Amino acid sequence: MPEYYWPEEGKRSLIGKRHSRLDGPAKVSGKARYAYDTNRPGMLFGKGLRCPHAHARITKLDTSAAKKMPGVKAVRVVQDVGSEIHFALDEIVFLAAVTEEIATDAIRAIKVEYEVLPHFVTEEQRDKAPEAKPAEEEVTGEPNAAMEAADVKVEGYYGIVPIAHCCLEAHGQVCEWEDEQNMTTWCSTQNVSGMPAQFAEKLNIPASNVRAVTQYMGGGFGSKFSADRWGIECAELAREAGAPVKLMLERDAEMTVAGDRPSAYARIQLGAKRDGTLTAWVSESWGSGGVGGRGAPPLPYIFQVPNRRHQHTAVRTNRAGARAWRAPRHPQACHLTMGVLEDLAAELRMDPLDLFLKNVSIMGPRAKTFEEELKKAAELMEWKKKWHPRGDSGSGRVKRGLGLAMHTWGGRAHRSNCELLVYPDGSVEAKLGSQDLGTGTRTVIAIVLAETFGVPLAAVKVNIGDSRYPASGASGGSTTVGGVSSSTRRAALNALEQLFAKVAPDLGVSPDQLEAVEGRIQVKGNSGKNLSWKQATAKIGVNPISVTGANPGVGKLNDSGVGGVQMADVSVDVETGLVKINKMVAVQDCGLIIDLKTAESQVYGALIMGIAYALSEEKIVDPVTGRILNANMEFYKLPGVGDIGELVVHMMKGRRYDERGVIGLGEPPVISPGAAIGNAVANAIGVRVPYLPATPDRVLSALEKGGMA
Amino acid sequence: MGKEKKVDKGGSNLSRRDFLRGSTAGALSTGLLSGRAMGGAAEAAVDVQILGPEPLPMMLRINGKTHRMKLEPRVTLLDALRNHLDLTGAKKVCDRATCGACTVILNGKPAYACTVLAIEAQGKEIQTIEGLASGEELHPMQAAFIENDAQQCGFCTPGFVMACKAFLDQNPNPSREDIEKGLGGNLCRCGTYVGIRQAVLDVARAGKGGEGNA
Amino acid sequence: MQAFEYVSPATKQDAVKLLAGAGAESAVLAGGTDLLSLMKDYVIAPKRVVNIKSIKELQGIRYDSRRGLKLGVLTTLDQLLADKKIKQEYSSLWQAAQGVRSPQIQNMGTVGGDLCQRPRCWYYRNGYGLLAMQNGKSMVLEGDNRYHAILGNTGPAYFVNASSLAPALIALGSRLKIFGPDGAREVDLQDFYLIPTKQGEREYKLAAAEIVTDILVPPASRRNNATYEVRQKEALDWPLAAAAVALQMDGSRVKTARVVLGHVAPIPWRAPQAEKFLAGKTIGEDVAERAGEAAVTGARPLSGNKYKIRLARVAVKRAILRATGTEV
Repeated sequence: MPEYYWPEEGKRSLIGKRHSRLDGPAKVSGKARYAYDTNRPGMLFGKGLRCPHAHARITKLDTSAAKKMPGVKAVRVVQDVGSEIHFALDEIVFLAAVTEEIATDAIRAIKVEYEVLPHFVTEEQRDKAPEAKPAEEEVTGEPNAAMEAADVKVEGYYGIVPIAHCCLEAHGQVCEWEDEQNMTTWCSTQNVSGMPAQFAEKLNIPASNVRAVTQYMGGGFGSKFSADRWGIECAELAREAGAPVKLMLERDAEMTVAGDRPSAYARIQLGAKRDGTLTAWVSESWGSGGVGGRGAPPLPYIFQVPNRRHQHTAVRTNRAGARAWRAPRHPQACHLTMGVLEDLAAELRMDPLDLFLKNVSIMGPRAKTFEEELKKAAELMEWKKKWHPRGDSGSGRVKRGLGLAMHTWGGRAHRSNCELLVYPDGSVEAKLGSQDLGTGTRTVIAIVLAETFGVPLAAVKVNIGDSRYPASGASGGSTTVGGVSSSTRRAALNALEQLFAKVAPDLGVSPDQLEAVEGRIQVKGNSGKNLSWKQATAKIGVNPISVTGANPGVGKLNDSGVGGVQMADVSVDVETGLVKINKMVAVQDCGLIIDLKTAESQVYGALIMGIAYALSEEKIVDPVTGRILNANMEFYKLPGVGDIGELVVHMMKGRRYDERGVIGLGEPPVISPGAAIGNAVANAIGVRVPYLPATPDRVLSALEKGGMA
Repeated sequence: MGKEKKVDKGGSNLSRRDFLRGSTAGALSTGLLSGRAMGGAAEAAVDVQILGPEPLPMMLRINGKTHRMKLEPRVTLLDALRNHLDLTGAKKVCDRATCGACTVILNGKPAYACTVLAIEAQGKEIQTIEGLASGEELHPMQAAFIENDAQQCGFCTPGFVMACKAFLDQNPNPSREDIEKGLGGNLCRCGTYVGIRQAVLDVARAGKGGEGNA
Repeated sequence: MQAFEYVSPATKQDAVKLLAGAGAESAVLAGGTDLLSLMKDYVIAPKRVVNIKSIKELQGIRYDSRRGLKLGVLTTLDQLLADKKIKQEYSSLWQAAQGVRSPQIQNMGTVGGDLCQRPRCWYYRNGYGLLAMQNGKSMVLEGDNRYHAILGNTGPAYFVNASSLAPALIALGSRLKIFGPDGAREVDLQDFYLIPTKQGEREYKLAAAEIVTDILVPPASRRNNATYEVRQKEALDWPLAAAAVALQMDGSRVKTARVVLGHVAPIPWRAPQAEKFLAGKTIGEDVAERAGEAAVTGARPLSGNKYKIRLARVAVKRAILRATGTEV
């Protein structure tokens, strides 16, 4: 077995450089086929009937008119008379028809009546909740005594409201049965390899008979791991109708039931010495995970205040269950923690950057990196030049302010298997049951392959997005690039070992004296003594070299645990409460970077998603109906091209980072933007806007409460 | 021309006049139009063909080619493209004229295909993302999207490319502010705006906005 | 969307007959940017859709120094934006059109569609009716009303008029030409709108078989006019509050003023107190500020929209300053 390692910086020709994503041409030309774009011969269109009430019991259900409609091929009741519905837009009936229009008509033809039951959807008022899970309490040191003894104390209230995933490609799939026992699903999933077992169990067929295909997928952000009931029902409709069925969620359902990032609210007390050393933390937080009611934010975040107590209450609501949303629980914890830290700094009339630096010793194992990143970010933001004490931003109507926040994430590589074929003609093909969410998975695999074989990127073929390929983990928790790059590197080194053995006699050296560089297999240190890649692979024989590479988890090729620091420069119009982003800086580490271009894109994208939840997006939950009132893209406000300001991304690079191996990057940079922007707003206007998003109503209300409106 | 035309109703012998007689009763409970009912005028004859609601033959001119199909009047251009012509580059996302993922170019101007009926798109030049490249050669805007990594999941990308292309056709020399104000009809969730902004600037600077298979 | 029959007449006479033929079960299709969404959401389900876009006489922008501007109802926002005369003299109108920050909507959406679009109230759009009454109570009052009315909201209507152009057009004193079975009529745009008081009423006065044909805007006569919208996003977004003003100046003083608010009441909201206050004043920051205060006289916040009173005030102030050449 060869030794598995990454080449050193000087010996890398592709890894760490900027590469355009390989599926770029397919995406910009509309050729990329997503699940939503799958059209199969004879395909039917599926639609669902959804309950308009947040809590109700079905008292009557009559699908006969729908069943009789010409063109309707299958009707399936998923929740029948007597069923209790626990959240709005939960599905009652699914059906399939020959056209989308007929399916829509058929849904309208179903007669359903409900007994409406009381609902609870506004978890911020937890005292009104009919059900709140018992609080968990975590205590370290002597929080009460330490708080008592603190030179300075601040107490604050902070909140971050629920948001949706708002995947542009809705959840859904096409299902097609080849025969009674075998089914293929083209599904929008983050979990290709995990789909067959989920479908098979419910469909009562062997998992080996289910094939899942996801060549492209239009966003998941943590909400697309499950086959979901609509997936199973789509398969059942297809089975019943004897024809393929496409069933994608309508936008309102997508926004209401297919993704919810739990809210979090907290009362926090923080104590410190006069010099800013943190000594005591006491917090009480609560929030919702919908009908599941789970997900406690890790408080205090990063700063392991020596004496601390934290208590969290999960509040059950009549909303669809929470789904992992990019860096689950961290953005909430970050906003709550960084908010009170900024408030403490303001109380001390201290620059929060100095406060953070003062407390590096309690930042945990990555403290040194954090310190480095704080300084780098400060330099890129010109923090020391621009920062002013809270509220000292002049008399004009537009106030400018700076804020900062920091974050951490694991990002340990998932289990991944790569099957690799090197053909005698020199062509190379890898197969992995992984998926590219837009993070660049496909491109990363190709880079690793091409780098290892010393061939150009264009010379390798990457096959992913099919459950028939060797299993790879789901793309969640920033585990994919670590996983697939490790399995691919291992497979490629395994293949090289075989190839070297084949060609070593020709070059008159032992196989361990060979290397693959610049399209050649050559004797180490003697580029004159070589075979071209094609000449070398011609020695393979008739059958290709066929190897696998398995990433077993942690190893030399990957690691876990990254940090990042972000700073925001905002302008707030104190007459209107409108917040505009002038500039944001993100400094991020993620170990060894495979593709710098797509890595930076992850961070840019995270900043923009962060700007969205910091300033405009939120699920507007109606106390009257229990519905999401803005389950559309009109009032679920995502920023546009003109709403983001100037964004600066800096990736930490160099030996210290490279030698850790690959670490995931998807989640971490999305954790800090909300906190950084929230802090910048406070710095600008002189008062804390407790909630995110900091919309005009909330900013103006904070100004008014602060006596500044 | 006759006062009343027989309408293609899939073999039905009902004349339009008969239909009019039968359809005047009853107001919509949704209160679409709350004004007085105009029963008397219903009998007035008009020299114009009433189409549908059943599927009827349509002809769409897309990327320079003529496509014929039978569709109901209620089918949107987006659904016609995606469900009937297998042109799936334009995406269905909000389906309510907000997000821009379905953007196509109609008679030279960007439009939301989700909010145009296929029947009214007849006789117009429809350009979709599939018709932007000349064969294998990408339009400069497409190339710039790739170069600037102005895409992640890629679901908003075709709509954005079309909107950017149309924008540059109208504003060959935009400032960053023009871009920020002029591309407000498209949304991205992954957050690719930095790349998009740069892609538009790059194409503008290279003076290539009008090139390609416009 | 419910199935419908479709017809595309070439004359307004035919359009009116076709609309009349289907009684209250017909709908007029112009730009479609609102109609199709309403139909997809089953807020309306017409059996006949009459596409008026083939009617040539409803198109085009005409200007006459004596009579002013005549906008065919099918004038799209982008045609309006491309018109130099409008940009120079009717800047309030031009700015309002520019506030619709989607080139796609600008290309598709018509002036008539903007004026006749239905409210965006989320209860209405979710099928609870224009007045959103449930068990005799307004859902808006107990529900989430952050974007609802602060003026003209004594009930039962709490939605806001969503038109982008109406405030500017009313400030400029525009009239509508309407054609129907009984021929043509003209109405002051301001009187076109009404606050519904009972179920079944619509927020503007147009009979079932009538269509708006033209918008008549009097000569600008060097009136200083401007629109200011408070919008959260640079991208397409509904204003939280908007104001349009037209000031007839007498030297440095205001002779007469028109102030109209948008997105704050069930109709475009004329603010007579502000108009009265401005008469005879020389515009400055302070006067503009006080005009803003006067404009929201009688404003009454619902449970979640108090901030809009302030935004309306600011919009008026900034529209006034903008009209008199101050960068805001």
